[in-house]
Formats: sequence, structure tokens, C-alpha cells
Amino acid sequence: MQIPCPWCGSRPLDEFEYGGDATKKRPEGKKQENMEAWVDYAFLHDNVAGRHKEYWQHVGGCRCWLIVTRDTRTHEIIKSEFAVPQLRSNQR
Amino acid sequence: MRYSLSAIIRNAATGHKHWPKVWKNPEPKQSYDVIIVGGGGHGLATAYYLARNHGITNVAVLEKGYLGNGNIGRNTTIVRSNYLCSENSQFYEHSLKLWESLSADLNYNVMLSQRGALNIFHTPAQRDAAIRRGNAFSLNGIDSVLVTREEVKKLAPLVDCSPSARFPVLGGLLQPRGGSVRHDAVAWGFARAADRRGVDIIQNCEVTGFQIEKGRVRGVETSRGPISASKVGIVVAGRSTLVAQMAGLRLPIESHVLQCFVTEPVKPVLDTVVMFAAAHFSIVQSDKGGLVFNGDLDGYNSYAQRGNMPVMTGVAESAVSFMPRLSRLRLLRHWGGINDMTPDGSPFITRTPVKGLFFNGGWCYGGFKGTPASGWTFAHLIANDEPHPFASGYTLSRFETGRVINENGAGPQPGRH
Ligand SMILES: Cc1cc2nc3c(=O)[nH]c(=O)nc-3n(C[C@H](O)[C@H](O)[C@H](O)COP(=O)(O)OP(=O)(O)OC[C@H]3O[C@@H](n4cnc5c(N)ncnc54)[C@H](O)[C@@H]3O)c2cc1C
Ligand SMILES: [Zn+2]
Repeated sequence: MQIPCPWCGSRPLDEFEYGGDATKKRPEGKKQENMEAWVDYAFLHDNVAGRHKEYWQHVGGCRCWLIVTRDTRTHEIIKSEFAVPQLRSNQR
Repeated sequence: MRYSLSAIIRNAATGHKHWPKVWKNPEPKQSYDVIIVGGGGHGLATAYYLARNHGITNVAVLEKGYLGNGNIGRNTTIVRSNYLCSENSQFYEHSLKLWESLSADLNYNVMLSQRGALNIFHTPAQRDAAIRRGNAFSLNGIDSVLVTREEVKKLAPLVDCSPSARFPVLGGLLQPRGGSVRHDAVAWGFARAADRRGVDIIQNCEVTGFQIEKGRVRGVETSRGPISASKVGIVVAGRSTLVAQMAGLRLPIESHVLQCFVTEPVKPVLDTVVMFAAAHFSIVQSDKGGLVFNGDLDGYNSYAQRGNMPVMTGVAESAVSFMPRLSRLRLLRHWGGINDMTPDGSPFITRTPVKGLFFNGGWCYGGFKGTPASGWTFAHLIANDEPHPFASGYTLSRFETGRVINENGAGPQPGRH
């Protein structure tokens, strides 16, 4: 598997570190007030079979965090973009 | 027909033409008392113990493919019970005791080989951790012996114990009763024994939905039509979240691939199961002579039953650093299996919010050794609607309540266990 990095181009998998599901939203407010949402955030998973939006960091390259859309059944990569929206205009 | 010496002699006399089918292949009935979804090791064991321990024989095991296609036929075959957390140690010790009498109980040779399971350590810190674990095992009545480097040399001469080794060996923690089991035989043995007690084993029958009325399960939809039952158990290993979703449940599970490798067969060179603390690496020699080993998870969500190159190279590097002589062997095959990874590395044997619907899963990559106890305790839960004392901690609610069972203190990212 190779991951296309918007800075560095297509690079081999072992230059990247996986960061998990990128669709999770960190709940607002204190833990005590919103326990259910925190349990969901920390522990429950959609575990999609198909197109999965996920974080990867290019640790062995530019060190940017990316959001990659990958099919978890085939490892096909559909999209790769900077995780920080402000950087997206620099996308090559 | 019972398998026995006289059966072999009788069948030899007639040219081995009259051995009966190992299990029937019945058409599904319209209704059962209990439906087990998933014909892996755990599902088949559950069906067997429902019949054997609880007299419930109107049971169907629905398997979407063929028996043994899943992780039961893909694992590294290692069994042991040296777990630190008491919930795990009582459960896995019960399992090891069941393994010890399983061939006789099933009337099927599962080829348990208690050749010892050896965890090798390389640093003083790892040695301290091993001693602490060993003491905990002893307190729980689980056999464990601290061995020196000299003893490691004798137990596993393949291991590089020289002072110049890439990962110097300080010693090891041995569970003498640990070992390996022929994994396919476990699926076939449980299937045959369950079938003989009246369980219907139905292959090529995928569960595609659940019939739920007023919060209670009434049956399942399958690729071969609807089947009703007032009790249903989900036991589908790497596909737990997908199947549970059809019943409206969201689980603390992610699916990750673990690869396994086997070399060309050679004469006996390794008669102990060896695991190394320096890297996540375990190795065992099969009865056919192949060296079977595995390393780390690939590290990202996956439903592809195959892995990627970086782990393959990493595992090969581990193999030759620990046992340099392996560099002369060629890999014969390699494959991947999809594991349910959980936030604390421990499994689930539990009720669900839907009445009559039970869930067994989250075995990470360590569930093979738990197969008999998993079936035993899950059958108890389904039959009595009460958790078995040895599995009562394996609930879905433990993350809410904080009663997690975390063997190695990692998490909560499932891929970190
Ligand atoms: C490479 C590898 C090495 C391992 N090594 C070890 C080890 O050394 N020691 C150890 O203790 N554990 C090990 N494990 C873990 C162990 O194999 C698993 O935890 C265990 O086998 C899982 O339970 P099972 O046997 O029931 O799973 P499976 O055999 O996967 O059974 C699940 C079944 O459910 C079926 N299914 C799925 N969806 C549906 C549906 N919708 N309808 C009907 N059927 C369905 C599947 O086809 C499958 O047959 C390893 C795992 C892997 C992948
Ligand atoms: Zn980059």
C-alpha cells in the first residue's frame, strides 16, 4: 500500500503512522455532564466496511497529518488531503 | 460412528469405503430454540456445549461460508493460560483444563501438544515484569517457571543466546502446560460432536438481518430465507460490528488484520512455543514441520484478509534476529485474518440491549486458546440468561463503568493491543 501525500507524493506505507477514524467529533463540555457522548467518543466505533475517512501522519516525511479516504475491504485509496483545512489550498 | 481402534480395523477391512460423513449437511428448518450466527471455533463450541451441558439440541449454527474459513483456520495455534488480570486468568485456565480433556470428550483428536509456552525476555526491566507476572500466575494456581538463559538454550536451541545476539537473551518465563493445538481439527471436532448431539450445522447460509419485535429477538433473515428462534447468539469474530449493526447495536470494536506465516516443512527443530518480548513475535513448529509465526497487527482498520509489506518484512527481520538459522528457510504461505480489536484487549460474552440476543466477540488475536471456555460460558449464558461466573466481567458496559480488563495497560485505541 502506498499513500499519496499532498506534499511528498506517493510514499510507501511504512513512512506513515495511523491515527484512526477521522469522522469522530470530540464532545463539548465536561465529562461528568456528558458521559454518554464521551463513552461513545472514546470507545464506540462505526468500523466501516468500505470507504473510511481516517487520519495518517507522514512521520517519515513532511510530518503533516492527513485525512485519507480508504476502502477498508480493498486498501484502495480514494482521496488524501491535509487534515488542517488552511493547508488545503497548498495541495499539489 | 464412534472413532476407535476397532472402527479403524473394521473400516480397513472394507477398504475405508464406509466411513460415515463427519457431519450432515441439513436444509435449515423454519425454527429452532437457539440460533448461533457464525460457524467458527467459538460458534461451534457454543452449539456443542448447549447440547452437552444444557440438553438444548434444537440448535442451528448458521455459517456464511464453509466451516473453518475464518480465524479458527487462520491462527498461530498457540494455547496457554498465563494471564495477569484475574477475570482473564480464571477464564483461560478453565479453557486450558477443557483443552486437556477435549480430544476424549469430542471423540476427535485435536492434537493438543503441551510442549510448553516460553516467553523470552531481553532486559532487566522485562525480567522484572516477567517475575511479577510469574508470581501473579502462581497465586492464581497457574503453572509458571522462571528459566535462565542456559535453560532457554536447552529448551529452544534455535534461539540465538550468544552475547552478540541482536536481542540478548536474559531468560524466560515458561508455562509448561502451554502448547499448541491443530486448529482445523478443533472446528471439525466441535462440528462433528455437536452434529452427533442433534445440532444442525448449516454452511453457505449468511445472516442478513434480525427479526426484532418490541425489543425482543424473534429470528433472523438469511440468504436461505427467514428462520425463527427466541434466542440468538452472534459469534462472528472480525465481522461483529457489521452483524451487530443489523440489530441496531454499536460496539466498542475495530477490525484489524493480523498476518501469519509458514515456512517450508523441515525436520523437528523447535519443540517449544516461543514468544519474544523484544518484538511482538511468536513461533511454533507444526506437526507437518512448517515453522508457523506471526508478529504485529498491520495497524489500521481492515476487512481485507491479507496484509501489507512493512509487517511482512518486520516479521521476517524479527525471525532472523531471534533465530538466525531461519534465514535459510523459504516462506511457503502467508495469510491474514480479521480480528475484533477492543479498547482494553479483552473479549465480550454478554447479553445485549435486545432481549434474547447474545453477543460473543472482541477476541482480538488471542481467542483461539479460549475456544472451549468461550463455548462453555456462552452456552451457559444463552441457556440460563445468566452470565457464567468465569465470564461475568466480559460485558459491553465495562467501558462506561470503568471496570476494564486491560492485560497490558494499553488503549483505548483498539489497534494498540
Ligand atoms: C493470524 C492470526 C493468528 C492468531 N493466533 C492465535 C494464537 O496463536 N492463539 C490464540 O489464542 N488466538 C490466536 N488468534 C485469534 C483466534 O484465531 C480468534 O480469536 C478466534 O479464532 C475467533 O473466534 P472464531 O474461531 O469463532 O472465529 P472465526 O473462525 O472467524 O468464526 C467466525 C465465523 O462467522 C462467520 N460469519 C461472519 N459473518 C456472518 C454472517 N453474517 N452470517 C453467518 N456467518 C457469518 C464467518 O464466516 C466465520 O466462519 C489468531 C488470529 C489470527 C488472525
Ligand atoms: Zn509528506
